[in-house]
Amino acid sequence: MDFSILTDYFGLYLEGFWGTILSSVLALIGSFLLGSVIAVFRITTVKGLRWFGTGYVEFVRNIPLLLVVYIFYYGPSALGFPLDGFKAGTIGLAVYTSAFIAEAIRAGIMAVPKGQMEAARSSGLSYIQTMMHVILPQAIKLVIPPLGNQFINLIKNSSVLTIVAGMDLMYFADSISTETYRTFDTYIFVAVFYLVLTLPLSYGVRVWERRLQRKY
Amino acid sequence: MNKFKSFKWLSVLMVAALFVIAGCGNNNNAGNNSAASGGNAAGNAADSAAIAKIKERGKLLVGVKYDTRLFGLKDPASGNVEGFDIDISKAIAKHILGDENAIELKEVTSKTRIPMLNNGEIDMVVATMTITEERKKEVDFSDVYFQAGQSLLVKKGSPITGLESVTKDTKILGSKGATSIKNIKEKVPGVTVLEFDNYQDAFAALKAGQGDALTTDDAILYGMASQDDGYEVVGKPFTDEPYGIAVQKGNTDVVKAINDTLAELKANGEYDAIYTKWIGKAPAK
Amino acid sequence: MDFAGAFSAANLGFLMDGFYLTLIVAFVSIILSFVIGVIVGVIRYAEVPVLSPVMFFLVELIRNLPLLLIIFFVRFALPEVGIKMGLTTAAIAALTIFEAAMIAEIVRGGLTAVDKGQIEAARSSGLSSFQTLWHIVLPQGLRHMVPPLVSQFISLLKDTSLATIVALPELMHNAKIVMGQKESFTIPVLLLIAVLYFAVNYLLSVVSRRLEHKTA
Repeated sequence: MDFSILTDYFGLYLEGFWGTILSSVLALIGSFLLGSVIAVFRITTVKGLRWFGTGYVEFVRNIPLLLVVYIFYYGPSALGFPLDGFKAGTIGLAVYTSAFIAEAIRAGIMAVPKGQMEAARSSGLSYIQTMMHVILPQAIKLVIPPLGNQFINLIKNSSVLTIVAGMDLMYFADSISTETYRTFDTYIFVAVFYLVLTLPLSYGVRVWERRLQRKY
Repeated sequence: MNKFKSFKWLSVLMVAALFVIAGCGNNNNAGNNSAASGGNAAGNAADSAAIAKIKERGKLLVGVKYDTRLFGLKDPASGNVEGFDIDISKAIAKHILGDENAIELKEVTSKTRIPMLNNGEIDMVVATMTITEERKKEVDFSDVYFQAGQSLLVKKGSPITGLESVTKDTKILGSKGATSIKNIKEKVPGVTVLEFDNYQDAFAALKAGQGDALTTDDAILYGMASQDDGYEVVGKPFTDEPYGIAVQKGNTDVVKAINDTLAELKANGEYDAIYTKWIGKAPAK
Repeated sequence: MDFAGAFSAANLGFLMDGFYLTLIVAFVSIILSFVIGVIVGVIRYAEVPVLSPVMFFLVELIRNLPLLLIIFFVRFALPEVGIKMGLTTAAIAALTIFEAAMIAEIVRGGLTAVDKGQIEAARSSGLSSFQTLWHIVLPQGLRHMVPPLVSQFISLLKDTSLATIVALPELMHNAKIVMGQKESFTIPVLLLIAVLYFAVNYLLSVVSRRLEHKTA
């Protein structure tokens, strides 16, 4: 059998590989946008928003990803507009990850010394201007390693799409292994496909972390 | 900086090592396969070993479905698994061990039943499994113990009335590792098929509007339709799906014991009774 | 939505059976992965020749693969090469392998964060390197590790739900069986298991915050 599995089913592997990449990238963008909003809610002085932000983060972080995906898979269909496995899975991934990203961004903003905010404000910048030009640019540098780690998690977590027939790498791997009856070989190749994505990212995150450590 | 260089090299090494592992795995497989075929050639000496092992254990390990109404369904209330396949399994346990309760059921799905059988976790698979030429290369089958045919389950009022109305744009739902997936792809080239881990997930997906029709063997579909009267089986069966009981390759003594049991059941009328109990009518002669 | 039907005594009992197995599997895996993770983390920190690079290799390999893949691999691929175990054991083994790799990284990071000056002081006052590790570095490092360790334990508990793909009768698996009975059970059951997962995990995170306050 050996490499013939890879060559015979290369098309399916690639289709799944693409599904995994697409879902992870879309979920990263979604979770970054959503996470930024929640992070701002978490640090704002408006009480209602702060409670919402805290409640959101605590709830989402403490339930399994698979459950979040099921909520988006079965929930909308109960309301009459079903989402397919890929969409429900990707939205679920984005929502789940956004809670972690919100916390990372909040931590990054908190890490910028408070004096800077006061100095900028007293020199005449508005709150928003200070955030945009002073705080956020510094915070983002600090946030990049945890964001990178979340992206790696996203890629790995996108494998839950297989459970709702979401056309990812694991989904097609199942189709391949039920046809070849060679689970071991099929999944070793799947592992290689995942590593091709995750190892360079891990490496990049480490380099960036090193750079930050040297600076501070 | 040294660490990063080593990290890079380790990454390369890792991927390389995976390929080596894959290679080893193959060698092992090849080894196992040849050992198995060697066992076949050796003949009966090895054959009685499987039955002896079951007798020594005093318990028959059977892989059955837990999510398929009429054939193998776990009832949360009682914790029991019930169905046609279960009754047949009990009869086999009685034949081999003299006690129909000397049996341990393990949950399988279409995807997991052959790996679990070949890994030696179960003695046999009694799980709505169609006998096919391809599967015969992996496992040995008993005689046919149930005759099913592939059909379609749809929401009542669906425009789909049978295989004729399935087009390339129809979304079909099915279960991973089932013959029905292959069949529908052959009958309607280019059709979209979504595969799930088991029939329960597939049926849940149909209810959730994820597809237009669920395809598998009619007997399984009738079980689903009986569970929810918003769904119905449409059209005539469009394939023959003879169910067999699968055992590990080379265990001819177990196959013989199963076939003897089936013959016995058919002779004394018990087969008809079990069939009628679950399917609701006597089997066609 | 049919709350009364979904939460019949039989269904609730069945769901509690699943919840019980979830807790057992999580508990055993947490203990095992903590022990293994600490050992591997210390080895990585101590830079033992040969052993440390090997551990580095394994930890990086496992951390960069999806848990779902590892679960499926341990359950169905390893037996093909002669490594066989039962269903629950396989699930625990897979969870332990994955989480131990994550914990090893947390432990190594925590140890690295201990002030180098203290190590030198301890060494120059006559402690052996093992004594230094045991009495100085580990106790202090553990303090840094408590929050990430607890969130890893929470992850582990959530991740047990992935074992549903190998049909382990844990909470998620049993929930799906109950949902399969009737469409109107879906949302009540999803809500109930969300509450269950949330309750345990939130409890864990509260305990973690208490611990943090105590040690800080």
